Amino acid sequence: MGLNLRNVFRLGVKELYSLRNDLVMVVLIFYTFTYAIYTPAQHAQTELRNAAVAVVDEDRSQLSNRIRDGLLPPYFQRPVTLSARDIDAVMDAGRYTFVIDIPPDFEADLLAGRNTALQVNIDATAMTQAGHGASYIQNVVNREVSAFVGGASNAAQPPVELVVRARFNPNLQSRWFLAVMQLINMITLMAVILTGAALIREREHGTIEHLLVMPLRPAEIMLAKVWANGLVIVVAATLSLYLLVQGVLAVPVAGSVALFVSGTAVYLFSVTALGIFLATLARTMPQFGLLAFPVFMVMNLLSGGTTPLDSMPELLQGVMQLAPSTHFVSFAQAILYRGAGLELVWLELVAIAAIGAVFFAAALLRFRATVDVSR
Amino acid sequence: MTQATAGVARVSAVSHRYRTTLALDNIELEIPAGRRVGFIGPDGVGKSTLLGILAGVRRIQTGSVQVLGGDLRNHRHRTALCPRIAYMPQGLGRNLYMTLSVFENIDFFARLFGQRRAEREWRINELLQATGLAPFAGRAAGKLSGGMKQKLGLCCALIHDPDLLILDEPTTGVDPLSRRQFWRLIDRMRARRSGMSVLIATAYMEEAEQFDWLVAMDDGRVLATGSPREIKAQAGKRDLDAAFISLLPEQKRRGHEALVVPPRRHEREATPAIRARGLTRKFGDFTAVDQVSFEIHRGEIFGFLGSNGCGKTTTMKMLTGLLPASAGEAELFGQRVDARDLATRKRVGYMSQSFSLYGELTVRHNLELHAQLFQLPAAQRQARLQTLTQRFELQEHSEDLAADLPLGIRQRLSLAVAVVHEPDMLILDEPTSGVDPVARDRFWELLVDLSRNQGVTIFISTHFMNEAERCDRISFMHAGRVLASDTPHALQAARAADSLDAAFIAYLEEAEGAAEQAEAGSAVARPAPGPASVSRSGIFSPMRLLGYARRETMELLRDPIRLAFALLGPLILMVVFGYGISFDVEDLAYAVLDRDQTPQSRAYLENFAGSRYFHQRTPLADHADLERRLRSGELAFVIEIPPDFGRDLKRERRPQVALWLDGAIPFRAETSRGYVQGVHREYLRQLAHRERVSASQVAPLRIETRYRYNQNFKSVYAMVPGVIMLLLMLIPSMMTAVGVVREKELGSITNLYATPVTRLEFLLGKQLPYIVIAMISFISLLAMALFLFRVPVAGSVAALSVGALLYVMASTGFGLLVSSFVKTQIAAIFAAAILSIMPTINFSGFLSPVSSLAGGGKAVGYGFPAGYFQQISVGTFTKALGFSDLLVNYLALAAFIVVILALSLALLRLQEN
Repeated sequence: MGLNLRNVFRLGVKELYSLRNDLVMVVLIFYTFTYAIYTPAQHAQTELRNAAVAVVDEDRSQLSNRIRDGLLPPYFQRPVTLSARDIDAVMDAGRYTFVIDIPPDFEADLLAGRNTALQVNIDATAMTQAGHGASYIQNVVNREVSAFVGGASNAAQPPVELVVRARFNPNLQSRWFLAVMQLINMITLMAVILTGAALIREREHGTIEHLLVMPLRPAEIMLAKVWANGLVIVVAATLSLYLLVQGVLAVPVAGSVALFVSGTAVYLFSVTALGIFLATLARTMPQFGLLAFPVFMVMNLLSGGTTPLDSMPELLQGVMQLAPSTHFVSFAQAILYRGAGLELVWLELVAIAAIGAVFFAAALLRFRATVDVSR
Repeated sequence: MTQATAGVARVSAVSHRYRTTLALDNIELEIPAGRRVGFIGPDGVGKSTLLGILAGVRRIQTGSVQVLGGDLRNHRHRTALCPRIAYMPQGLGRNLYMTLSVFENIDFFARLFGQRRAEREWRINELLQATGLAPFAGRAAGKLSGGMKQKLGLCCALIHDPDLLILDEPTTGVDPLSRRQFWRLIDRMRARRSGMSVLIATAYMEEAEQFDWLVAMDDGRVLATGSPREIKAQAGKRDLDAAFISLLPEQKRRGHEALVVPPRRHEREATPAIRARGLTRKFGDFTAVDQVSFEIHRGEIFGFLGSNGCGKTTTMKMLTGLLPASAGEAELFGQRVDARDLATRKRVGYMSQSFSLYGELTVRHNLELHAQLFQLPAAQRQARLQTLTQRFELQEHSEDLAADLPLGIRQRLSLAVAVVHEPDMLILDEPTSGVDPVARDRFWELLVDLSRNQGVTIFISTHFMNEAERCDRISFMHAGRVLASDTPHALQAARAADSLDAAFIAYLEEAEGAAEQAEAGSAVARPAPGPASVSRSGIFSPMRLLGYARRETMELLRDPIRLAFALLGPLILMVVFGYGISFDVEDLAYAVLDRDQTPQSRAYLENFAGSRYFHQRTPLADHADLERRLRSGELAFVIEIPPDFGRDLKRERRPQVALWLDGAIPFRAETSRGYVQGVHREYLRQLAHRERVSASQVAPLRIETRYRYNQNFKSVYAMVPGVIMLLLMLIPSMMTAVGVVREKELGSITNLYATPVTRLEFLLGKQLPYIVIAMISFISLLAMALFLFRVPVAGSVAALSVGALLYVMASTGFGLLVSSFVKTQIAAIFAAAILSIMPTINFSGFLSPVSSLAGGGKAVGYGFPAGYFQQISVGTFTKALGFSDLLVNYLALAAFIVVILALSLALLRLQEN
């Protein structure tokens, strides 16, 4: 139908002028790509870090001291010593995720070869820490006990050793993960709300009608919004990646930033189209807020950027394949962490673009209808 | 008393400034009591600002104002005065609630003034009778015509028998019949309540003629005061319009002369420029335009006359293709209107009713943008823009933002934009409303030039009679129908009327029939039976609070889409998140690189193949394969067995097995490592058992791990309480976030300023319905947790519910807090989302325990309500806790409620700036 790209360009430039004059939005964008990424990345780690642990030492022996000293930062906070009767209270209050109970005569029993049991109480509502922490604590206890009981003799060494090597993130720092995932979440949030709300505002202020009586096609108006808002976010995201993620947070990037930025551009087409589509469904700003926010929350929490995709029910995994964010998360993980090249991620890119095209087409279909209702 | 002689109000040395513009410039004014006082002058001269200040709605910046004998700067006085003043802001029904019915609107105001049920009923009844709105008591305000909206606004203003009635342009955009009825109504009200003073701003000079006393204003200054006769005498003119113009300072008058419209050369053509046949448009069951037909010839100026909401705009939109017609057809230049026809659009210029250029762009940018969009060749563009800038006298404003321009100049810019591409036809929807007489005449000069000298067809709508008289032909429109259509002269002659106004009224009366006639003559009901039981002010009134709560509830109930989002949204999200957010890692994809291929290596690997946690993929060939497949993200981990594993094992040379993890997703990697280490330990145990390794090598130690509160360590037991916490923060705060700011954008915030309602009553009243909605959500989420997810509440349900109540009070309050400080709805939605989501998801204990937070994260976690309810939710669901165990969290939530409310109160202004 012959789009006039010059119109798309000019309308987009208008969009940029508008944004420049909206101080509140500029401040919010700045906040989004700095503090809102930095804080979770720096302070909300999901790995075992800084876990609160207490020890009930009913043995008070050299060995029990060693076990306590074996719980080291950064994995654990300094263990606090408690008396046995406090266990329930402190765990109910959620003050400690782990309480280790070392029974009386623990050391003596072990040295004498008598069976004895050490108890680890775990607050199993702390899903991210409980499992890993329990495993860590078992390793620490086993190591300390073997060393103590068997001395330094070779006999204490196991017959087969398991050597663990983590690729792409040697120390399994969740900061690396969170920084980039938070960046993606913010890209999504910005794109959906900025574009969608901009359309609703044009409708509420009547400027959209003005455009529709000019020799412009709805597709041109929409594409202008897509590229202008997309450009702002790509630039902000790229700066954030260089200065904040790589700079301040010191997260190494394995793959090609250029490839990532190009993929981000494709992704932005997809999510800005989604934003416009949602704006054509809602009639007023309050409706748009109540519609867009849950959509964003689903994309935030279920795209694989917060919890692993593999652990979701298969049906839901299938449904989430329809969200562009799911593909973008795995695209970003492949490039930024694993250093994958285009040959490994092209399929994700195609999926993102295809989903975007569907949203765009749906929005286009509804575009005129939405002007009617704003009588 | 001296009050009567002192006048109803005294203004001294009052100036008012909006950023850089001076709206009022050192005003000195003494307004007599008990009269109808008119404020005349064009838009933007400070009339509205002055009336707002007199009504106590606007903050006084400098100077002092005495109203009804009290100083408005004195807060206590102002509060006491509030019930004695009624204020109706500018704009059709701006302080009304469009989804509420006529009765409900008045009822809401009555409640704000503390009237008891019986009193409310007779008062509302009386007002409805007097205004003729009684038959429409159940109709939504949004569906009333402009004139009826204004009558309703008047009912709302008069509900509490004010001593001073302040009306800001009450009749702008209202048809002449309704206007006449409106003024009769005011007269009757004054007759009933003698001594009531009425202050009115108006743009119609013929109305101003009827007032007792006038204040003529221009540029923030008072030009003259006195009775209409005095003012005319002062200027030496016979009509007020001319008198006003001659009172203007010299430089403003310059170049102004009476406008003469030269006659049109008649050349009948085969195809008219515009032809409409039986054009009809319905919105639901409401017919906005009903069977409208007309023809407009090339070069003709054709006027549409009628009140707001009579269908003028809708008709014009159908002609431009913005709205599809429900029935009938329209042709432009002999071609059917087609929304996709870009060629026709290039021949049409359209100016919509409200200013619809980009206020955030400069004048030059706006012109350039439109020239580009109409694809003017670059070579001609600059010349064309230059011509337009000169012709429309925009030179000195070319670098100003369009939003900052005075109205008259803005309209000139709109017209310049509409003609930038030299269209053959202009469709102008009320281009001059709100523009002062001089600027209006200038504007018409341009139109006349376009029509007579350039042959442009002009289709214009207006509600000014003197503009209608300048048209070649006009149509009277009312309630979606064309009443009559001809030259102004012929229409006037047909009804033998002495003015066009009178002719229109005659047609309107004919159309409305006898029903309306009866209304006009209906007697005003008797005054109050007994003293009014009005509790006039007071610090806190539950009734006013409930009045607001009731209204908010009704609005919510009438927006089924929003209600559905609010109630169903959380349930859907609960299902999705409850099943979706899981930390139970299973089916981890792995592959082996067995470089030994002996029975020993296979025995080792068998341990993995059997586990339900793992899912084996095709074995790896070599290291390159390993690297490639890890990089592709296919595998979570790889087990590599070294060459000679079997031999080394037998010789006790302690071979090393390598576990390669994909560290890209650290959580999954850690889980994998934990599981693999577990399998490895089990292998060692079996090995020891088989080979009877000496007892000293394996200590007789047992480590008992007790997964408390969640014995099977299933995500769902932790996630469901967490998701409830998440949803009860994010959705309710999103609902209230637009609450206040929407009233600011739509104008009904005026009711907070102008009625005795206090900020506390306003905020709590608005919050209450959303607390109820959120609690309904809570109950449905709880039911879902119990019956769908089968997560029982181990502790006290009462403790959980009380916690939820406190929590939603905090979350709805948080939304209102956001709403109190932002200026636009977009910013409200954005700020609410971005400020709430991070502390709720990342720092509430939902993903990682609060006890391990440090530094900035700890501050965010403890500084937000979500974390405390997380304790209550998880505590009651899984830890079997009750009130006493969770006391600290209740106290924290209560503190949040108080602090948030205090902040909102501090940020919400009780007057406009």
